[in-house]
Amino acid sequence: MPLLSVTDLRTYFHTRSGVYRAVDGVSFSVERGETLGIVGESGSGKSVTCYSIMGLIPTPPGRIESGTALFDGTDLLHCSPASARAIRGKRVAMIFQDPMTSLNPYMRISEQIIEPLLIHENISKRDALVRALAMLESVGINDATKRIHLYPHEFSGGMRQRVMIAMALITKPELLIADEPTTALDVTVQAQILELIKKMQRELGMAVIFITHDLGVVSGLCDRVQVMYAGRVVESSDTRTLFYSPKHPYTRALQRSIPSLQPKGAELYTIPGMPPDVSKPIPGCSFAPRCEHVTDRCTATPPALAAVTPTHAQACLRIQAGELLER
Amino acid sequence: MSSPILELTDVKTHFPISSGFLFRRHVGTVKAVDGVTLSVQRGEVLGLVGESGCGKSTLARTIMQLVPTTAGAVVLQGRNLAAATTGELLAARRDLQMVFQDPYASLNPRMTVFATLAEPLLVHRVCPPADVPARVAELMRTVGLAPRFMQKYPHEFSGGQRQRIAIARALALEPKVIIADEPVSALDVSIQAQILNLLAQLCRKMNLSLIFIAHDLSVVKHISDRVAVMYLGKIVELGPALDVIEHPRHPYTRALVSAIPTPNPDVERARQRIMLPGDPPSPIHPPAGCAFHPRCPHAQEKCQLAVPPLAPDGPTREVACGRLSEI
Repeated sequence: MPLLSVTDLRTYFHTRSGVYRAVDGVSFSVERGETLGIVGESGSGKSVTCYSIMGLIPTPPGRIESGTALFDGTDLLHCSPASARAIRGKRVAMIFQDPMTSLNPYMRISEQIIEPLLIHENISKRDALVRALAMLESVGINDATKRIHLYPHEFSGGMRQRVMIAMALITKPELLIADEPTTALDVTVQAQILELIKKMQRELGMAVIFITHDLGVVSGLCDRVQVMYAGRVVESSDTRTLFYSPKHPYTRALQRSIPSLQPKGAELYTIPGMPPDVSKPIPGCSFAPRCEHVTDRCTATPPALAAVTPTHAQACLRIQAGELLER
Repeated sequence: MSSPILELTDVKTHFPISSGFLFRRHVGTVKAVDGVTLSVQRGEVLGLVGESGCGKSTLARTIMQLVPTTAGAVVLQGRNLAAATTGELLAARRDLQMVFQDPYASLNPRMTVFATLAEPLLVHRVCPPADVPARVAELMRTVGLAPRFMQKYPHEFSGGQRQRIAIARALALEPKVIIADEPVSALDVSIQAQILNLLAQLCRKMNLSLIFIAHDLSVVKHISDRVAVMYLGKIVELGPALDVIEHPRHPYTRALVSAIPTPNPDVERARQRIMLPGDPPSPIHPPAGCAFHPRCPHAQEKCQLAVPPLAPDGPTREVACGRLSEI
């Protein structure tokens, strides 16, 4: 049984200007110890998917319309608040993009880092601090005994992200959700943080959901990848297959628009148009208006993810019908 | 080679740090740009890379004279802007324009596209007022926007379209040099490709010189003829783009190149990263000698003593490393 299995998740935002279908029928699962990458451009619903699992959707205007998220047998979306609290923050932890806004500037690092321990474990403050020190050292903060009592502003960006990781991992979670944790960091610091996440994953044997828009980060880190577009998963497979034989037209178009995969100076492929307005129902394939292979059927019938091989699924009707030739 | 259109000689931009409330005292200096010598040829694209805080944006602002130059000369077509009067500067800005990173912040939200694009034309009296609408329409077509959107406000456009407006504004005066400070960093991959194509095409068509600032090396490699790598206010490596990025010489460039994740799982998994310890140092207290020595895997005692100058390394390369011949 997978550690987390999400089925038909729909998260809509009901605003004055309409209903935004941020996540519109997303299903996926994560096995113990594996790393799943969720890739997509801004507005594709990758963050909202994970916020829904973590119960972080502001309600109203947001509402989870349907779906289940089974974590080790407990449905996080429908269980009692008490049982959800016992899982979130302890067995499932999350780190965010901007470590400056997600750490409390008024609290010392020491207080923030032991908070999850005090809530979830029957532990004295003194013992919690000992654990916190050990954790800070294992995420690579030197002088932890001295620096644990500092405030977040006294740390650099990379160091703050290390503090966030220490805080998330102090309860030894089975699943870590990382929402673009390196986007705000410099490349040399990004390399350090990615290496740290890999190391901690090996040590704790936890599963990781890694949300990013950077296909480069995914390629080295993730076992499986799913590509999201306009609130839906359009392709999902093991990492090698996604990079070397992508099927869905959106995934292919995305790869053709990345400078590092193209010869220097070559004209980059550009996807015409813009992502669809998710406040209006999309009857067919959400990528159809921008797709170069579009037919009438694409705009009328909503496509479902269908398996290409046991580890590879994609949601293009024409490929499923065998109409588009392989690259 | 013909004489360069823009030439920087030992440019320094220092900012004083003061402390105290009633009696402001001078307590230190931030050497944001510290001795940069650089030239840009007609029609050339020069990429400027470095991590945050390395002074690349300050260098851009210094060239534009948006911040005062502490020392050195910024010579545009034979005129030294660092010593120019306000009137001379105004005239020089016809030839020197800038595109900023965040198109949400760099466009005035209360000005329509027409007002934004007409302003430079009217200020510099480029054409008779009666011809302005036609010229604005032409500018919009040049950057791929339909002139019928002329009366719209920035909030009605997407990020990519706003960046097009910002580029059109920079092009309004038909400048010879454009400085683009991270013009694609805030954009999604597919939109980024559109803007990169547009900039490359404009440079070719109008024989523009472009200083392209970015922290993403793959983007810089794609668009630039030459690349300059900055670290803590100084250029550490300069040379043809492909050369520098595929065969980096300076230890910092090597680490930077190796830190970039590539969207290619097999390559990514096989490769050995050069992990730099720590964060970039603070420009308030730069390390003695070579500023990179505390993080450099090849540092020796002599690296702490003298600042290595940017010295020729082959016919087209310049590298600032004291141990270049030994490593």
